[in-house]
Amino acid sequence: MKNSVKKEETYYESIIKQGYTRREFIKFATYMTAFMGLKFSAVGQIMEALETKKRIPVIWEHFQECTGCSESFIRSDHPLVADLIFDHISLDYTDTLMAAAGHNAEEAKQASMKENYGKYILVVEGAIPTKNNGVYCTIAGRTAVDIIKESAEGAAAIITFGSCSSYGGVQAASPNPTGSVPVDKIIKNKPIIKVPGCPPISEVMTAIVLHYATFETLPELDSQGRPKQFYGKRVHDSCYRRPYFDAGLFVESFDSEEAKKGYCLYKMGCRGPVTYNSCGTTGWNNGVSFPVKSGYPCIGCSENNFWDNSPFYKRLENIPGTSIEATADKIGKIILGTAAAGAAAHTIATNVLKKKELKENECMGEINENRIKE
Amino acid sequence: MKANTYNYKRVYVWELPVRIFHWTTVISMAVLITTGFVIADPPAINSSSEAFNSYWFGTVRLFHFSAAFILIANLLFRIYWAFAGNRFANWRNFIPYTKKGIQNILYVLKVDIFLQKDKKHKLSDISIGHNYLAAFSYTIMTLFFVIQVITGLGLYADNSSWWLPKMFHFVVPLLGGDIKVRYIHHIFTWLFLVFILIHVYLVLYHDYVEARGEVSAMVSGFKFVRAERIKETEEEIIEKTEKQMWNGDTEDE
Ligand code: SF4
Repeated sequence: MKNSVKKEETYYESIIKQGYTRREFIKFATYMTAFMGLKFSAVGQIMEALETKKRIPVIWEHFQECTGCSESFIRSDHPLVADLIFDHISLDYTDTLMAAAGHNAEEAKQASMKENYGKYILVVEGAIPTKNNGVYCTIAGRTAVDIIKESAEGAAAIITFGSCSSYGGVQAASPNPTGSVPVDKIIKNKPIIKVPGCPPISEVMTAIVLHYATFETLPELDSQGRPKQFYGKRVHDSCYRRPYFDAGLFVESFDSEEAKKGYCLYKMGCRGPVTYNSCGTTGWNNGVSFPVKSGYPCIGCSENNFWDNSPFYKRLENIPGTSIEATADKIGKIILGTAAAGAAAHTIATNVLKKKELKENECMGEINENRIKE
Repeated sequence: MKANTYNYKRVYVWELPVRIFHWTTVISMAVLITTGFVIADPPAINSSSEAFNSYWFGTVRLFHFSAAFILIANLLFRIYWAFAGNRFANWRNFIPYTKKGIQNILYVLKVDIFLQKDKKHKLSDISIGHNYLAAFSYTIMTLFFVIQVITGLGLYADNSSWWLPKMFHFVVPLLGGDIKVRYIHHIFTWLFLVFILIHVYLVLYHDYVEARGEVSAMVSGFKFVRAERIKETEEEIIEKTEKQMWNGDTEDE
């Protein structure tokens, strides 16, 4: 009962109760508006929504994961961002961070799910193993497959936070011993918003929840189910080292003169050109930096199957699925060499086996040569 | 050996549009393959210059994309010409769906690839235009082109505001991410190289063994065909005999 009283609060009420000033609240609303890529006049809309709308309950499930996504999330740039969802405002269940544990935690979840049926947002972190009836990940004696099916049932929408729940991540990497799958392989009848990244940028989730609270719709998704405003661009297209790329000035090895000069990391295996994320624009840790800015090539952590495209520091990865060092170039050279050798052998064989025809041609030609009219 | 020299007639096989298509393909592919490999693994041309001074890698990419669009247009034109062109350019040559086609493929495999004796030696076994095996290899090549164009445009889609590349937006998610698509694009480049090698070799082989102008045909458009294979009209026959008679008369004198 205590719980349900708290749930009637609006976002604003609980923010103020947390001890934030109204000024901070306005700053937060402005920040989020800019972050979500909305026009400036939308600040009012966001504020109004936060002031009037009841909070949207969030249930956060953890499966096969390293909890790095949660780590990223609690280190959100803006304290209010984390508070908004975490400090018992919205988050009804997250087994790694909530105060309650064991049966209490599970009960709280059940209660919230029942009470907010059809209204809550389900956040999923981690992939779901399916092999051997899913025994490779069990919580409170139940398998992940079982749990996800149950909690997805009453969810308004699902946010798959991180590459594991979006694409399968490291445990789904070849050979995928536990048969891990992303959420969308199991849940088919709910809107799923993928927020891939290893870890993803924390504000993205807040932005989605806010967007949902304000406009009562889900943000626009791209063809892979990711929110467009954060995954619409390649890292490469918003990378500040791009001029070096276009100029063909590349880092050839770490710790080199070129690396110090901040040349493009393309030849160090940078996956920026094939990776969709907003690291280049939002940055990490309060916008301080992102991998490329720190002289480290993008490893494409928000792309499908990025683990299988190793080695990370090489442009030409191994052919996916092969464990040997078989790059396409090596195989290509072998095939081309074989074809060339085949052609050479064929030339010799032609001269031997078609000797008669060739000779005949020659004779005829010679006869005609002798018959040339002077 | 009482060697008799054969009579050959010049036949117009490759019309001008076909030849233009062929050499446009050659040039655009040469550009695409070289720039493609440069893009995949750019050479180290590090200088102490600052980035604002140069744009060479951007230029390489520009060449790659321009050549790609030329190749696409060229390919579309050739597909049109498969319906509008002469009998040697017709699409029917490229799909061995007839008994004749399959027999010809077996013949070419036997005689030209495995270099067996051609015992029966039928004149009609020698194709005037493409032989069916070669033609079929061009069909496969066209498939490669289509794959290359689709993956290429898929990768390019997000660079562009033009509707044509944008139409290929679906490719990347369909194939499971940019990395994979790029990989396919790269592997097919190697297959093209292999194709080119085999293609050029076999053209040279045919010219060497048959000596009917296989190589120069793609420049002049003409191939040489045994006179027996060319139908003569009645007038021509009459004219010929008359001429012979007349010649004979004069020789008698
Ligand atoms: S460092 Fe990476 S993302 Fe930046 S321009 Fe170079 S290749 Fe692109």
